[in-house]
Amino acid sequence: MSSYNNNSVRLNAATKVAVFGGTHGNEMSGVTLVNLWMKNSNEIQRKGVETKPFITNPKAVEKCTRYVDTDLNRAFTAENLSAPGGESLPYEVWRAQEINNMFGPKGSPEAYDVIFDLHNTTSNMGCTLILESSKDHFNLQMMNYIKKALAPASCLVLLNEHPLLKYSTSRSVAKHPVGLEVGPQPQGVLRSNIFDSMRVIIKHALDFIELFNEDVEFPPCTVEVFRVLERVDYPRDANGNIIAMVHPNLQDCDWEPLNPGDPMFQTFDGKTIHYQGPGTVYPTFINEAAYYEKQQAFVTTKRETLVASAVKKS
Amino acid sequence: TTGRKSSRRGKSGACLPKLSRVAVCGGTHGNELSGVYLIKELMKRRREADDEEQPILVLSNPRAAQQCLRYIEVDLNRCFSHDALNAPLSDSAPYEVIRSREINAVLGPKGSADSVDFICDLHNTTANMGLCFISCSDSDWISLHIFKYLQLCIPDIPMRYLHFDLSHDEAYSLDSVGKHGFGLSMEVGPQPHGVVRSNVYTTMKTALELVLHWIRLFNCGTVFEGGPVDVFTLVKHVDYPRDCSTHDIVAAIHPLLQDKDFCLLNPGDPVFQTFSGETITYNGSESLYPFFINECAYYEKGIAFSLSRKSRVNVPSLRANRDQSR
Repeated sequence: MSSYNNNSVRLNAATKVAVFGGTHGNEMSGVTLVNLWMKNSNEIQRKGVETKPFITNPKAVEKCTRYVDTDLNRAFTAENLSAPGGESLPYEVWRAQEINNMFGPKGSPEAYDVIFDLHNTTSNMGCTLILESSKDHFNLQMMNYIKKALAPASCLVLLNEHPLLKYSTSRSVAKHPVGLEVGPQPQGVLRSNIFDSMRVIIKHALDFIELFNEDVEFPPCTVEVFRVLERVDYPRDANGNIIAMVHPNLQDCDWEPLNPGDPMFQTFDGKTIHYQGPGTVYPTFINEAAYYEKQQAFVTTKRETLVASAVKKS
Repeated sequence: TTGRKSSRRGKSGACLPKLSRVAVCGGTHGNELSGVYLIKELMKRRREADDEEQPILVLSNPRAAQQCLRYIEVDLNRCFSHDALNAPLSDSAPYEVIRSREINAVLGPKGSADSVDFICDLHNTTANMGLCFISCSDSDWISLHIFKYLQLCIPDIPMRYLHFDLSHDEAYSLDSVGKHGFGLSMEVGPQPHGVVRSNVYTTMKTALELVLHWIRLFNCGTVFEGGPVDVFTLVKHVDYPRDCSTHDIVAAIHPLLQDKDFCLLNPGDPVFQTFSGETITYNGSESLYPFFINECAYYEKGIAFSLSRKSRVNVPSLRANRDQSR
């Protein structure tokens, strides 16, 4: 007699999947991959799944800039999605509404099942998957699958569930949003190794979806995540100008422990500013170019182990 | 006469006028942040200390720096050829063209006796080039001696001297405005545009301090011994393979070439990897030294990397003219 596992989650098949590139028009891996797949999508097709490649911010891609009027990856707020004004709205707000109509509506049963959003960073984050909810067992199982498939190469999971710091991403119109962040890569530059890494992550992700749709049951598992704690800005003067840089000891040390007393910033005339938090944290997004204007030198995280329920197609 | 060492300062030594007026420029490209922050820091210290007026400090493209862009309308660092500076100025001239005339009025006019004696222009690159001097002359003894001096003082920092073979008139970069074209672009990488890395900033700051120190020593009458300097002379640029109709790139710099600036590239070596995974090899006939490999700003200029030939220049000993009224 089979026993029901209390921790098993049943979900419908994931039949509507999208891969977004160019949410930031100068993050070149995603732009290049999606353009490739729009010409020939064989590589991303799986049995029973319609996977749609899509350039979310074509105007920004055309100008090879992060955004034209406002950051598209912050634009999917309820207020923006219902704002009147049509094409007189800031470009990315109007575009967010279009994307919400095509791939959402956000929060509704018609929304896409999974959206992968491809990003690059100037930070030395390696391959990172970004999770928006610790209770999304489907995503947790997918991320566990991807990590195991890539091992021994590293692929870490960043969880941003922080009530104040989480933001309304393009992918958030889907039921299961997955962010892919691969770095380091300068904006506007295409590096082969970074491009290849992102391509392989998508391959494994789509393999997982295919297996799930074919009734494979993924047993309970644990997933190590880094949970976002707080944003740390650069030291600034009274006029808001940056007066120090990420310290050479911290530069490129994403995911490594930062202990109270460790060097954190170096002023332009060479003085060290030390981290004075209450305990050890794991910084990431260290020295991301796009975050200077968002008042962020890095974010701190803490390590946590999440338990994912078994997941099977219903 | 036995036992007497031969003099190293023979008849072949060079004498040049003192460098009384020197300019340091940063933010010629507004998103190359080491120079932007370094110029701002130097200007701030000068205001606080109420210091000397030398060197002249210039934030070349303030609007681009404010927006953290390479340029607003056109690349400022292509506006300084003789023809560009003397062309008629229309009412709708791009911001950078107007700005280039302002800079030329303050630091030049290029080609006249009123130009500053030396210009050092600060840049960053996304390419793995370490510290590079870029000059339009392979006989600018000032720049070559400064380079030798830096090699001596900071031997742990990889540095190269790049030469673009252009006449003074043809030279289009800001550093060519100085008298006789004495000047150099100081390029430090790799650094993403829009980012300031502390190690890169420190390298640029240290190098600039040494440049200015050398100039002070030179002006005080120091004799600098001659010697050989390896110079890399630009031969050609190589573009990405592109789609014939859309002009989009169809390959990226090959992983084996990425970050290998100044490592000799031989015929048959991999240079590009297509998006379907094929390798494209270098089909030139001569082994050359690549640089500016995967520089972000050069995609739009049709340059994936540039190739140079290495040669040895024998730099004569150098000192300042003794009897100068200025």
